[in-house]
Amino acid sequence: MKRVISPQDAAALIPAGASVMVGGFMGCGNAHAVLAALAEAETGDLTVISNDASMLNGPNGEEYYGLAKLVHNRQIKKLIATHVGLNPEVAEQMNDGTLEVVLIPQGSMAEMIRAGGAGLGGVLTTTGYGTPVQGGMHVHGTIDINGKTYLVELPLRADYAIISGHFIDQTGNIWYKGTTRNFNQVMATAADTVIAEADNLVAIGDIVPENVMTPGVLVDYIVSKGGNQ
Amino acid sequence: MQVTPKAYIAARVAKELRDGDVVNLGIGLPTMIPSFLPRDVHIILQSENGIVGTGPKPDSEHAEPNYVTDAGGQPASVAPGGCFIDSCTSFGLIRGGHVDCTVLGALEVDQEGNLANWIIPGKKVPGMGGAMDLVAGAKKVVIAMEHTARGNPKILHKCRLPLTAVKCVDIIITEMGVIQLTEDGLELVEYNPDFTIEEIRAATEATLIISKSLCPITP
Repeated sequence: MKRVISPQDAAALIPAGASVMVGGFMGCGNAHAVLAALAEAETGDLTVISNDASMLNGPNGEEYYGLAKLVHNRQIKKLIATHVGLNPEVAEQMNDGTLEVVLIPQGSMAEMIRAGGAGLGGVLTTTGYGTPVQGGMHVHGTIDINGKTYLVELPLRADYAIISGHFIDQTGNIWYKGTTRNFNQVMATAADTVIAEADNLVAIGDIVPENVMTPGVLVDYIVSKGGNQ
Repeated sequence: MQVTPKAYIAARVAKELRDGDVVNLGIGLPTMIPSFLPRDVHIILQSENGIVGTGPKPDSEHAEPNYVTDAGGQPASVAPGGCFIDSCTSFGLIRGGHVDCTVLGALEVDQEGNLANWIIPGKKVPGMGGAMDLVAGAKKVVIAMEHTARGNPKILHKCRLPLTAVKCVDIIITEMGVIQLTEDGLELVEYNPDFTIEEIRAATEATLIISKSLCPITP
């Protein structure tokens, strides 16, 4: 059995200055309760690795949807992302010099995290060759193989991953709903401490073993919106 | 032209797609393309945030906007036979050549097939999202765009903006014509009879080769 904690307890695990992977895609699949608690905790100087910075308003009118709360509170000092255009506050903070943004192609981010979680030394890809990406901090030069030039991209890991699942059982096994799976699944492999927020905490066996998408061995803490159990 | 330039372009792009193609469409104009497909052409739309077989936009009764969205964060649906995937699988499909065609807009394209469509330094820095992966990985890259921007050519000798990818473009479709990338450069293969060849040349900075089999567009 895994420890089941409240969103506030989960937020309290994360110290200022930590690096944090945040699963989700434009807010869809963000761990909304943990991110709200982290915003309330005002934990600062975070390095956040996430596909994007979510959107100012969610689909049901939510104010500062998911990760956008941490941007709005200026809790992030460095954001590693693929697209930040749907959250105009990112550009504002880039322009006033308070937020450093590193942009990485989406497929590269996915594979770099996969490499980080799977013990691989890096990723070879043609994506980004001949573009400004080639000069990025995450690129370790190029290599020519069979007439093709590949960028050598470094693995990506973090101190914490904050992910969400629709059904999570008491061993931490996760089933994701709809398009919420996105980066949540791979981020569960690439952080020292993995915090998984459950839409629904279910009993062992409620997720058929064949349908488990993230094995519970990767999850350190399960967050129930209902609090400690 | 009876229709708007964007609809005219979308209708012509639709003819590039074959039944059963796996297709990723960029934002804006490309999203108009499915409505111009012939009845017997069914494509499988990939949405890079995690759908293979994206369905029509759901009505408010069926939308699950916190659980099923497109790559722009808007409510989406999955078509019968479609599935949801994670980001690694999604970009494995894209980078592995399993996407037959991607259709995107451009800020600039040049006669070597280089593409710039993700950043205007100092002005607009939204990020590349999945665009760099799509144009490097898809089997066919179609650029669908208006021929000029406020009268200024977008099809150039050499891109001036930072690139999205080098030598990635296969075909450019605008309201003026259809231009194919060949070993010799950009070849105008179809033209909109509302324009003269000279007008099309004047709106294009790059050198245009006029195809020997040049014909009017039939959108």
